[in-house]
Amino acid sequence: MSLRHLAQWLADTEWSIALHESQYAYATIESIHVWALCLFVGFAVLLDLRLVSAIFRDVPVSHMVRRLLPWTKVGFAVMVVSGILLFYAIPLRTYLNIFFRIKVVLLMLAGLNAFVFHRGIYRMVSEWDVGVPPPRQARRAGIYSLALWAAIVFSGRLIAYNWFDCGKLQPGLVSTLAGCTAEDVDPYQ
Amino acid sequence: MLLPMFQSLEDSGIGAAIRDSLWLFPIVEAFHLVGLAIIGGAILVVDFRLLGLGLCGHAVSRLARDMQPWVIGSLVVMILSGVPLFLSEAIKCYYSFAFWTKMTALVLAVVFTFTIRRSVSFAPDGRFSPASCRAVALTSIALWSLVGWGGRWIGFS
Repeated sequence: MSLRHLAQWLADTEWSIALHESQYAYATIESIHVWALCLFVGFAVLLDLRLVSAIFRDVPVSHMVRRLLPWTKVGFAVMVVSGILLFYAIPLRTYLNIFFRIKVVLLMLAGLNAFVFHRGIYRMVSEWDVGVPPPRQARRAGIYSLALWAAIVFSGRLIAYNWFDCGKLQPGLVSTLAGCTAEDVDPYQ
Repeated sequence: MLLPMFQSLEDSGIGAAIRDSLWLFPIVEAFHLVGLAIIGGAILVVDFRLLGLGLCGHAVSRLARDMQPWVIGSLVVMILSGVPLFLSEAIKCYYSFAFWTKMTALVLAVVFTFTIRRSVSFAPDGRFSPASCRAVALTSIALWSLVGWGGRWIGFS
């Protein structure tokens, strides 16, 4: 079963149709997604800004991680659950959306960046916890993270717009990357 | 009285330019959303601290002072991106309950943030009782959440 078939199968389930057609459920889930954005991206940005010494210079980096990361994880969990529900409400169209695909790739890069930071330079945090500028690897992780999350918010917002939906006139490259096939016509036309 | 004013705002050059463009509205909206994430973090981290969560062990006033330029800076980004979005659909906003809810909440949130919340969060620890700190934090979170909620629902109306 290909991913496309999975998306098609999801789109045909009763709950997906109910979510899609509901008057308030979809909008409510999206509002929760946006609220959790403040908690999750907002707190991730604070850690990044600390890594580039822009804020909280006298707060040890390890305190930022220990005290804020649990909340960042709560925010992330809400983002993932609400995000999956938003996908579930419009599975096939979202699966075939170029900005959704860009967002997924950027999310993986952001995850990789966080993994490299925590498994790498953060293990030696006691040497640069406070009073000195964080080492280059840490600053770089902060800058990558800031850029990636800004791009993720951008691409997430653009998923809602249908310029590049399959069946629309668009560059062939976009069509290919979005996984459109010849028989795809815009489902909302 | 307001309707003619909203009509002329809708007819403004910026409003028309955004309506005529495929990309402008979504791009400006995305900037608005990035600004939201930053103001959200900058507000929440201080409110969490007032509630006794997050960065405990560090003076509230120290955190609040550090966050102040970020709150003001992101508020400026929010307004600079929000006004053009409004201009492109002023008439729709005029008839939108979510829009008026948001604007009311926004005025209250800004006034509260730069008066009461500012005095409490800039004061040395212990000047205000934990109960008042919690009340200020919860009021701030509630007001700003209402601003965000109203903003998101303008798009659904």
